[in-house]
Amino acid sequence: MRIGLFVPCHVDQLWPEVGFAALALLERAGVEVGFPAAQTCCGQALLSTGGHAEARALAARFARVFDGYDAIVAPSASCVAMVRTHYADLLGEAAAAPLAARTYELCEFLHGVLRVAPPAHAFPHRVALHAGCHALRELRLGRPSAGGAAGGDPVRALLSGLAGIELVKLARADECCGFGGVFSVVEPEVSCRMGLDRLDDQRAAHAQVVTSSDPSCLLHLAALARRHGRDDLRILHVAQILAGPRT
Amino acid sequence: MTHAERAAGFLRDAERARWHDGSLWSLREKRDRAAAAVPDWEALREAAARIKRHVLAELPAYLTRFEERAQARGAVVHWARDAAEHNEIVEGLLREAGARRVVKSKSMLTEECGLNPHLEARGIEIVDTDLGERIVQLRHERPSHIVMPAIHLRRQEIGALFHAELGSPEGESDPTALTLAARRDLRARFLGAQAGITGVNFAIAETGGIVVCTNEGNADLGTVLPPLHIACMGIEKLIPRAADLPVFLRLLARSATGQAQTAYTAHFHGPRAGGALHIVLVDNGRSRLRARGEFADALTCIRCGACMNTCPVFRRSGGHSYEAVIPGPIGSVLEPARAPAAHASLPYACSLCGSCRDVCPLRIDLPRQLLAWRSELAAHESGGALRRAGLRAARFAFERPRVYAALGALARWAGRVLPERWLGGRWNPWTRGRALPPTPPKSFRALYARRQK
Repeated sequence: MRIGLFVPCHVDQLWPEVGFAALALLERAGVEVGFPAAQTCCGQALLSTGGHAEARALAARFARVFDGYDAIVAPSASCVAMVRTHYADLLGEAAAAPLAARTYELCEFLHGVLRVAPPAHAFPHRVALHAGCHALRELRLGRPSAGGAAGGDPVRALLSGLAGIELVKLARADECCGFGGVFSVVEPEVSCRMGLDRLDDQRAAHAQVVTSSDPSCLLHLAALARRHGRDDLRILHVAQILAGPRT
Repeated sequence: MTHAERAAGFLRDAERARWHDGSLWSLREKRDRAAAAVPDWEALREAAARIKRHVLAELPAYLTRFEERAQARGAVVHWARDAAEHNEIVEGLLREAGARRVVKSKSMLTEECGLNPHLEARGIEIVDTDLGERIVQLRHERPSHIVMPAIHLRRQEIGALFHAELGSPEGESDPTALTLAARRDLRARFLGAQAGITGVNFAIAETGGIVVCTNEGNADLGTVLPPLHIACMGIEKLIPRAADLPVFLRLLARSATGQAQTAYTAHFHGPRAGGALHIVLVDNGRSRLRARGEFADALTCIRCGACMNTCPVFRRSGGHSYEAVIPGPIGSVLEPARAPAAHASLPYACSLCGSCRDVCPLRIDLPRQLLAWRSELAAHESGGALRRAGLRAARFAFERPRVYAALGALARWAGRVLPERWLGGRWNPWTRGRALPPTPPKSFRALYARRQK
């Protein structure tokens, strides 16, 4: 099985450690992983800024770049949701379906497809799991508080194996962090208020670490935490926690 | 002004914003519990969506049938192409009946048509009888929420308003006392009214009947006392059969407030003995929206307000920040259809979290529609040209990995060497409340390429 690792543009440029953690986890699982160098962006940022035509061009490009890989795996639920739920609108059902069927969020792939044993190294911290909106309400990875279709939660399943980890209970476990791509700069005041409310909820639960399968949410929360002096909080992508100290 | 600017204004009163968010969130939680208690909730949503989509597809036939059956029961049916025609019809009916004092129960349609100012300008007194609507009427503002029109106000503000307008004791802010003060005032107006206007929640094509749901019984009282009842409805309110009604009644109140049913569900099948019933069917852009495949689903909305209660943006920006008759997610889809230029910022008042789609009893795919509006409205938006240019530039770079990598390296280099106050100036909306993002010396692709060597 040949895996194409998709490292979303924001991870590539701003948080390369997450890409390497994802790579390490896949390689440890014994699959062959390639990183097609021609990849750039899935097009979500353009679609949500009103660029239907531009996003379509990038979707078509994504399909070409990852042609020939048995599965496409990304450490970003939101980008995966773009491929799985929006490419059909851009490329047509026939062209999008084969891509959608083999594109996976990292934890979903490790847990649901490769069925790796959850890592068991020590991570003795109180961890707040931030449910990214697109993981939850587009990929349906987890059980949304408002109901509707629900699936297994691979992030929680994989983290639960770590020694000493404590997943804290949040008052609003699946409220949006307010990133929302272009929303974060078009509506900065509301966006920041939403993010600060998440940080407050996580603090009330005495979380030491915040993690998620969505790096864009985490970059937004980290930028808020830094500005507001919340240096006590460590913000880590779930791949970094799962890969452990070896990477 | 854009939604973002008005939202920023709302958030400046941090304490009010927090309280507003909390009140609506508790409604969301009540809705969750109510929905979870119905074992076939998802099947109900599915059925409701199917019925309403079917009605939309066959709308002309159902409208004709409804008109026939309603007339057979003695109601008079009127057709209004737009808001102006609607207002003229209602005004004409009131004049014919010599009615100068009118009571009205909750109706978003008459809000949409601007009926109150139209009648007031012509010397007809119109009193909103829903408590929340009465409060906003006395304050000369529009409802901030379609189910709880005065949810943006705290009881102390309502106390001060009632002291000034209704003569309740100064400093009184006890909800029960304030409700009684409103009740005393409204009771006299009910008794003196010469006509009652209501909205319509559901109109049944098969029977020619209309159904009005309230929690205060004000539609009932406003139609049994005066001899003339005028019911105003959008043409999308139809359902095919009486047997379809329970599907919607089970969904409506649970979605709205978490109640199993509204306290009152009034059925009107023809005029009451000795009275007259007029039904005004209004298009006002609905046919146009119906013809637009991708947005037509928005016409299946039953106005429960669940999308507003769940929306993290609405809860933190208040209904007035939308400057629209219908605020929130559904309003952000409907209002640009009515006036694209005026409402071009609304589809951006959304983080695309998808929560509204999960709570919508009609399963309207609101996030997808908001996304579609963004592409469509680029022409109408302030800064739309700039945005289009940015999109083209982004596409150019993302289609050329080397350009993309070079621009990324340049930006990260700038982030490391330039002073933070330059990059994080007022011009940069990212840093208004956030630190700059990290600027690692090497990208993943650069490090990966080195590793492969």
